[in-house]
Amino acid sequence: MVVPVQYYLALSVALFALGVIGVLIRRNALVIYMCIEMMLNAVNLAFIGFADYFKAVDGQMFVFFVLTVAAAEVAVGLALIVAIFRNRGDVYVDNLNILKW
Amino acid sequence: MQILFFILGAVALIAGGLVVFQKHPLRSALWLIVNFFAVAGIYLMAHAEFIAAIQVIVYAGAIMVLFLFVIMLMNIRQPEEAPKIPFIGQKLAGIILAGFTGLILIYGVAKAALTTGKEAAPGLGNTESIARSLFTDYLLPFEVTSVLLLVAIVGAVVLAKSKLK
Repeated sequence: MVVPVQYYLALSVALFALGVIGVLIRRNALVIYMCIEMMLNAVNLAFIGFADYFKAVDGQMFVFFVLTVAAAEVAVGLALIVAIFRNRGDVYVDNLNILKW
Repeated sequence: MQILFFILGAVALIAGGLVVFQKHPLRSALWLIVNFFAVAGIYLMAHAEFIAAIQVIVYAGAIMVLFLFVIMLMNIRQPEEAPKIPFIGQKLAGIILAGFTGLILIYGVAKAALTTGKEAAPGLGNTESIARSLFTDYLLPFEVTSVLLLVAIVGAVVLAKSKLK
């Protein structure tokens, strides 16, 4: 029994929409970051589903590179969040309105 | 096989929902690890064994340890009073917008003419085929990735070292 590619895509869409909900309604910068990671993960799932569907390894290569970029992004982003926390004392995005005049 | 997919997908979805709706960021991070493990299980079913392994090692291992480390470093004891919401219906509007995003994606998926796949050739996602592809067709992106990681390391060190003033 083979799992149809539509199932992979449906799960990917659902996870991506959950990540979008999280980014839009949460205001803790760390949780927003986690939701972005979840969206990247959903896209990876679609890539893996298509790689299985087309019997090609190229989709898995893209997942490999997405993983690398995600690791780099998390390292820099968490360093930024720590810097903001040291500077301001919290990480709520509503309080980061210093650019809004 | 499909039963396993449904179980793992349900675990991934429930854990993802808990990531979004937990009050404390620490609990969100722990549920995100559960989500990553479930997705790694699905990768394993889709003949992507190597990707499943690095999903567990890099995502659930390295990245989430980094997240937990930062949460602990900030010492957020309780979910303290969140700041006033500037726009009252923001939660509802966010959910509706995300629902629309999902609907658009579902429309795109439904329009694509996809048939049911066949059984995979042996050795599709194993380390040997990944490595063969990585060091021939994808050699330049692989090398550029190493430069990207170097830039990220330097950036993280510079940001973490000095105060932003």
